[in-house]
Amino acid sequence: MKPGDFEFVSQLVRERAGIVLSADKAYLVESRLAPIARKEGMASIDDVVAAIRLRRDSRMIETVVDAMTTNETFFFRDKTPFEILETNVLPELVARKRGGTLRIWCAAASTGQEPYSIAMVADAMGPRLAGTKIEILATDLSERCLEKAKAGTYTQFEVQRGLPVQMLLKHFTKAGDSWNISPTLKGQVRYRAMNLLDDFRALGRFDAIFCRNVLIYFDLPTKKRILDRMAMQVEDPGFLFLGAAETVLGVTDAFKPVSGFRGLYARDTARIGARFAA
Amino acid sequence: MKTCLVVDDSRVIRKVARRILEDLSFAVDEAEDGAQALAQCRTTMPDAILLDWNMPVMNGIDFLRALRADPGGQKPVVVFCTTENDITSIAEAIQSGANEYIMKPFDSEIVQSKFAEVGLC
Repeated sequence: MKPGDFEFVSQLVRERAGIVLSADKAYLVESRLAPIARKEGMASIDDVVAAIRLRRDSRMIETVVDAMTTNETFFFRDKTPFEILETNVLPELVARKRGGTLRIWCAAASTGQEPYSIAMVADAMGPRLAGTKIEILATDLSERCLEKAKAGTYTQFEVQRGLPVQMLLKHFTKAGDSWNISPTLKGQVRYRAMNLLDDFRALGRFDAIFCRNVLIYFDLPTKKRILDRMAMQVEDPGFLFLGAAETVLGVTDAFKPVSGFRGLYARDTARIGARFAA
Repeated sequence: MKTCLVVDDSRVIRKVARRILEDLSFAVDEAEDGAQALAQCRTTMPDAILLDWNMPVMNGIDFLRALRADPGGQKPVVVFCTTENDITSIAEAIQSGANEYIMKPFDSEIVQSKFAEVGLC
């Protein structure tokens, strides 16, 4: 691929999706764009880039950005949020609930790795849940992603990114070249197609929201509207997990950072309890 | 600098693994089979071992069991790296003292992810 074209695509993806492609990722751009060229009946990826550069073909822009972003999910991504979930957030919520049902919303579930990671954390807590039931609602804009998430079938490559081998042994079975997540974990996650610009009220209320690495797709006023409406859907103290490169600072006051816990926010930080004393 | 012993009978795999591990700031040593690896460990115990399963002379699982029985043999973090990708083999490796498990084919992202999993980088 021509050097100028790579810079063009990487800037496009950065603007639209917030994803930074360093110069050594030219191979990645080529490998993701080649299938698009074939599908569109174009001679090469040069034509794909030209369709955007010269004609600002908006459908092609979406296709290319989608191709460069959709694989960006894996089990236990960034690790820390799942450790905080296990050692702080779930124990706090369990103490508040004393039995009953906890509801967690995964607002950008993609192909399911995040909701299933949450389900694995809940499973690992075992008796520490004190009988509390955990219900996970996973939503995503892409029907294609949700289909894959619902199927719970992953490639050998996917189950080796972020997933400890003990978790693989415990929660997956092998079928041919694929790995299937256990029916127990699958049964804990409900899927629903949803755009974050839509009304959330029909979803009900949640004890924690995971909204990681998706706000980067939106401009500032839209980010604010999404977070403000999420704040209406959470029960006290209103936990929210954002991606490692995201923040509420300068966006909204509806959620505040929980000091000492990177990536964790709460609607009411005054009420989060001693477990979070930094 | 942490040390990693790459045990594989394929020269190509050793070379690829060496490059990935050197990028992760490891000092890399190589062995062609389990027996060579065991002899090297008895001289100098590495911090990590990237271990193939099927090799002539002594295979990976026999090496691992012998290593874990040796004085100081509990110390190295052992990551299998093999084409054996059925659940029975993975479970056998973990029961025999492996810390993590990579199914070939692998790339630098998988090696990095698995090494991070066991606290090596």
